[in-house]
Amino acid sequence: MEAVLENLDAGTMAPAASLRNAWVKFGQFTAIQDISLEIEAGAFYSILGPSGCGKSTLLRLVSDLIPPASGDVSIFGKTTEAARLAREFAFVFQDATLLPWRTALENVELPLEMGRSRGIKIPVSDKSPMELLELVGLKGREHALPHELSGGMRQRVAIARALVCKPKLLLMDEPFGALDEMTRDHLNLQLLKVWEETGVTILFVTHSIPEAVFLGQKVLMLKAHPGRLHEIVDIDLPYPRTTELRDTAEFTRYSAHLRKLLEAC
Amino acid sequence: MTAVDETLGLPADDDAAEKAIVRRARMTAVATPLLTAVGLVAIWEIGVRAFGVPSYIAPAPSEVATTLVTEFPQLLRNFWPTLFESVLGFVVGNVAAVLIAIAFVHSRMVERAFFPIAVFINTIPILAIAPILVLIFGAGLTAKVVIAALICFFPTLVNMVRGLQSVSPQALELARILSATKSEVFWKIRLPSSLPFLFSALKIAATTCVIGAIVGEWVGADVGLGALIIDATFNFRSALLYATVFLSSGLSVLMFAAVSIAERMIVRW
Repeated sequence: MEAVLENLDAGTMAPAASLRNAWVKFGQFTAIQDISLEIEAGAFYSILGPSGCGKSTLLRLVSDLIPPASGDVSIFGKTTEAARLAREFAFVFQDATLLPWRTALENVELPLEMGRSRGIKIPVSDKSPMELLELVGLKGREHALPHELSGGMRQRVAIARALVCKPKLLLMDEPFGALDEMTRDHLNLQLLKVWEETGVTILFVTHSIPEAVFLGQKVLMLKAHPGRLHEIVDIDLPYPRTTELRDTAEFTRYSAHLRKLLEAC
Repeated sequence: MTAVDETLGLPADDDAAEKAIVRRARMTAVATPLLTAVGLVAIWEIGVRAFGVPSYIAPAPSEVATTLVTEFPQLLRNFWPTLFESVLGFVVGNVAAVLIAIAFVHSRMVERAFFPIAVFINTIPILAIAPILVLIFGAGLTAKVVIAALICFFPTLVNMVRGLQSVSPQALELARILSATKSEVFWKIRLPSSLPFLFSALKIAATTCVIGAIVGEWVGADVGLGALIIDATFNFRSALLYATVFLSSGLSVLMFAAVSIAERMIVRW
């Protein structure tokens, strides 16, 4: 009965992710304290906060890597485990985490091979792995091994890999944190293009204020010690966003506002 | 006209000069150890002749070289069994080590139970355990293979355990998000990650398995390079002894080269 209700609930209007009074504890340490929030489907959320605020923990909670100590987490109305088994979400790590012995293309294909012997049904993107590599601007480098690619290219392979199972929710944990600024700006534009083309919901953890403003429709501010929700700031800047946006007064105003909030944490 | 020739000719000359410098540097790198070796052999030859050292104490290099040619059929007859024992011991020892490493990584209990025993066996000098193994398995092929396998076993076990555990925590998180099964993680992530570690162990094993086979032949055998070493020593045929030692080292080099080539073909990352 409950399963039926859950399925009904998972209809068109279910939020991409929903947390109700979620707590995460590591022994005595409280990493996340009582977070409740709803991420509407198709949205782009940037997650910002000082170190130790539980940004990464929040993503790991949503992606079923760590269980909540108490409270509820659901993804499109399903439990995180059910969503994981249905490949409803994909994760992009700070480090590309490519398998070094596989070519770019073979790395993108990895999710299609994993979980098969468990008998789960693996959804497949309308775009082939080849086309996904093209989408992230890696046409011609499909057969390169990760060590032959630059850091930015490796991260693009990781994004293509995340898209191969047609996820509805993309969780990104500081994916461009280790890259130089020019590469990062370029990848930000490309990520927005991917978001617009695929309609995927994105939760994007970053520690860069300009990056958070440039990408997100909303910025989720977290507070540290213990990690908890501070404020949600709407970024009312039009899409498609272009590089010039960074030089506008509005952009600067948002950045300044967020910086002030961050300092108050 | 000449001026044009000069300006056109100059860069080409520069290029050629640069290439010559690189070539010379490369030649020096090869020539230095080679000349040193030739020099040492020459000193040995001259020393033996000048001081009239009897051949059974230290044969001259020329004499060893002659023996290598004249006794080649006999040397080759003894080379094959040792090669066979070495390769067989290499395979048996490493396969056992890899399988046990997999069991160790799979279960902490198994590791706790058997790792101290593996360490203990490793501490027994191979020369001390060889007679025991010959007593158990007899003077035939088996004892040599077991000794060669035993000497390969431990470095591979330790390296393989480390290799299988060398997977990054993030790769394991990725596998979990993809709902991968334990066997998928093993075949698609753990095993390939361990290959560079495995090959460093196999390179060690490639030379030690030859030592194992020869030690086994010392204790009890009538063919093989080890048996020939004992035979040549007791008959004061020093030139033959040196030639045999030379061939033994050649066998090790052969094994090492084979493993290195396999590594270069398999571990491309």
